[in-house]
Amino acid sequence: MATLNSNIPTGPLAGKWNSHKFSSKLINPANKRKYKVIVVGAGLAGASASATLAELGYEVENFVFHDSPRRAHSIAAQGGINASKNYQNDGDSVHRLFYDTIKGGDYRSREANVHRLAEVSVNIIDQCTAQGVPFAREYGGLLDNRSFGGAQVSRTFYARGQTGQQLLLGAYSALSRMIGNGGVKSHTHAEMLDLVVVNGHAKGIIVRDLQTGEITRHVADAVVLATGGYGNVFNLSTYARGSNTTAIWRAYKRGACFANPCYTQIHPTCIPVSGDYQSKLTLMSESLRNDGRIWVPKRKEDCGKAPADIPEEQRDYFLERMYGAFGNLAPRDVSSRAAKYVCDEGRGIGPTGLGVYLDFSDAIGRLGESKIRERYGNLFAIYHEITAEDAYKTPMRIFPAVHYTMGGLWVDYNLMSNVPGLFVLGEANFSDHGANRLGASALMQGLADGYFVLPSTIATYLATVKPGSRPKVDQAEFKEAEESVRAMTRHFLGSKGKRTPSSFHKELGKIMWEYCGMARNKAGLEKAIQLISALREEYRTNLMVSGAENEWNQSLEVAGRVADFIELGELMCRDALMREESCGGHFREEYQYTGADPEVQQGLVNSGDVKRRDDQFAFVAAWEHAGAGKAPVLNREPLVYEEVKMSTRSYK
Amino acid sequence: MKVKIKVWRQKNRNSNGSFVTYDSPDLNPNMSFLEMLDVVNEGLAVKGDEPIAFDHDCREGICGTCSLVIDGKPHGPHKGVATCQTYMRSFKEGDLITVEPFRATPFPLVKDLVVDRKSFDRIQQAGGFISVRTGSAPDANAVPVPKENADLAMDAAQCIGCGACVAACKNASAMLFVSAKVSHLGLLPQGQPERHRRVKAMVDQMDAEGFGGCTVTGSCEAVCPKEISLDFIARMNRDYAMSLLKGDPKGIAGGGA
Repeated sequence: MATLNSNIPTGPLAGKWNSHKFSSKLINPANKRKYKVIVVGAGLAGASASATLAELGYEVENFVFHDSPRRAHSIAAQGGINASKNYQNDGDSVHRLFYDTIKGGDYRSREANVHRLAEVSVNIIDQCTAQGVPFAREYGGLLDNRSFGGAQVSRTFYARGQTGQQLLLGAYSALSRMIGNGGVKSHTHAEMLDLVVVNGHAKGIIVRDLQTGEITRHVADAVVLATGGYGNVFNLSTYARGSNTTAIWRAYKRGACFANPCYTQIHPTCIPVSGDYQSKLTLMSESLRNDGRIWVPKRKEDCGKAPADIPEEQRDYFLERMYGAFGNLAPRDVSSRAAKYVCDEGRGIGPTGLGVYLDFSDAIGRLGESKIRERYGNLFAIYHEITAEDAYKTPMRIFPAVHYTMGGLWVDYNLMSNVPGLFVLGEANFSDHGANRLGASALMQGLADGYFVLPSTIATYLATVKPGSRPKVDQAEFKEAEESVRAMTRHFLGSKGKRTPSSFHKELGKIMWEYCGMARNKAGLEKAIQLISALREEYRTNLMVSGAENEWNQSLEVAGRVADFIELGELMCRDALMREESCGGHFREEYQYTGADPEVQQGLVNSGDVKRRDDQFAFVAAWEHAGAGKAPVLNREPLVYEEVKMSTRSYK
Repeated sequence: MKVKIKVWRQKNRNSNGSFVTYDSPDLNPNMSFLEMLDVVNEGLAVKGDEPIAFDHDCREGICGTCSLVIDGKPHGPHKGVATCQTYMRSFKEGDLITVEPFRATPFPLVKDLVVDRKSFDRIQQAGGFISVRTGSAPDANAVPVPKENADLAMDAAQCIGCGACVAACKNASAMLFVSAKVSHLGLLPQGQPERHRRVKAMVDQMDAEGFGGCTVTGSCEAVCPKEISLDFIARMNRDYAMSLLKGDPKGIAGGGA
């Protein structure tokens, strides 16, 4: 069993982060440069961490599989970033952002981590503004805000519909500055394929140069993974095609625990699937729900009609009806499930019947088309490119799609995994969003971890490492890790089967979406585990991979990533099966409110809302690899709430 | 629908390349151009042939990874979109579509349709930033920025760093890219202290990478997936002239560690 110590500081919640920073060890400037830190990934978390660690004086090496450290999928985030600035004077505060996030996560995140996130959120906006991030402004020159789901205040800062891009370019500019002056060594087209653990501590990585195929060993005093989420396990998702789980999965196989893998966010507003050839799904930002109203026809018979031919009284604005207090800005898990229910009733729209309308006609009537164009012009343009429909004239068709994974490698309060020296940031860790993430909080967490948390907490670990005690790359552990990577490559290239890696990925995605997607149940999950196990066996025997080892070989890259997705998919199903409750994005059909429950009768929740079982499942599930062919071991970290009472989550 | 694609195949930088023509399988007009290539590649792989190497990632027009010159035009037939946002309904049944990499000396070829654009990163590293150490920033509302400036800065900041401007230019000039970066930061009050050293350092690096000069043909603006305006080049030229008048900055920008 792994030892999981969350290392949450003692004392009152609001003072924990400050007192922790004070009691943490410091490293003097002359010694900092003797420590080398490897950072894998250059999205918001990785780029901000690399730049900040280098500013502090550490020697940093950054690795990305992309051709440039400016391409990570943080760049695609559209809507915005939350911060408890209260610039709108609408009653926001650190405590309110903390509370909204805890409640939004359905009481499955750590209080102390979330409070810290809310505290540093204000510093992020200051930092990014100073870097030149062109946030939207009002005519007086001050920063503008808008609202996002799960909040009743306007705390979201944005840069048109390209907030992620602008924040990432800000972090990339900070990183570029430190690369330019020698503080960071940047490796691009460099994919991490294994973690090297020496005497129980993370001390290096094995990397494949995607251009030449060369395999190299890299050593450091600590390793930071900021490699993003694993939603592509579903094949179809809003992730970039290259997003993968390989770095964190191989770290899992080297001993790092994987926490809450089944917690997946299904985003309510994406462009519906149009055919089997499809390679990705495109998000329509949650910010659209500020002005768009979601509806389906009241009667099944109307589903085939043009939306304009369905009169107002025959439309069901179901979010407004079911969740009056939050309406169209109900949180993502709640909104997605509601859309699924109306489609299950046969009231879905569009060619597949899997769609609902997102209608702007009221807002255009109220504000004029030019105002809507100013707010969301690029999103309407994206919609038009994909569907060839004009959303100024006719409502958008949308449907939920996989968008984010709240689960990830287990980390303590210092963002260190159970493998000492291995730190995990951003979407790759599990810590701050519980069972459901609120909109505009992913950018906040990535930058909080990278700019403000890790640069402070990493010193606690490094202070225990003697400067200059780094192992040598010719040590046995490095040789063994490199050989395991080479063996895997040889296996893939030697496979003489009949199916491509992509065809397996598609099949895996279908299994995951069917049995481990928006609704899950015991029988389905058990079946999925069997199906995945069979798929894994076929992957071993019937795979074909093109090309050679020492060249640019995209088939080989994909082969490795799909192998990891297959294994991870099985773990996700095991986790979902174990968690016999519903919470946030994890909806087990056996555990939902019904008309017989007092909470429904009192009007707190609706029938069909998720039902938690705090007496049995108020814990973080941290899965530990037990070796090939063996069932993983479940470790439990109890969730202790000191400040907030775990209660029924109501958005009515 | 079915089309033929005439694709540039080249094993690596040191070998010679040539065009190879492939018949597509039956396509859905709602497929993206890259999904069409996926389907063609799947067919090649199953036959034991090597799939066509091409760069892609987000597939929603924002990461700047995808490239391709389609029928002579970087990012294909439509204005204001990247290759990944180009759909097969833009082509006709039986079309012969020519697909080439972005060609420019500072973008050395990796394989088939993949080129290496690290030269853009090096330009950024030379000066494309505001030097602000983490933790040293004032309150975000301490410095008001006129909305017009913020909006114009955002227009420039939209650049996705894809390199289509270079691929379209007969001189392989990177002026549109560099001017977008220079203008974004130069339009904001936060960017003023380093304004002149920034433009000088970035233009010097651009020249050192081997990008050509600008002769204002406007082909860059015409193909830019974010429709970055040529006006930014004029703005950069003014800043650059000013930086020359002010004299050489001491070393390249940077500091910190």
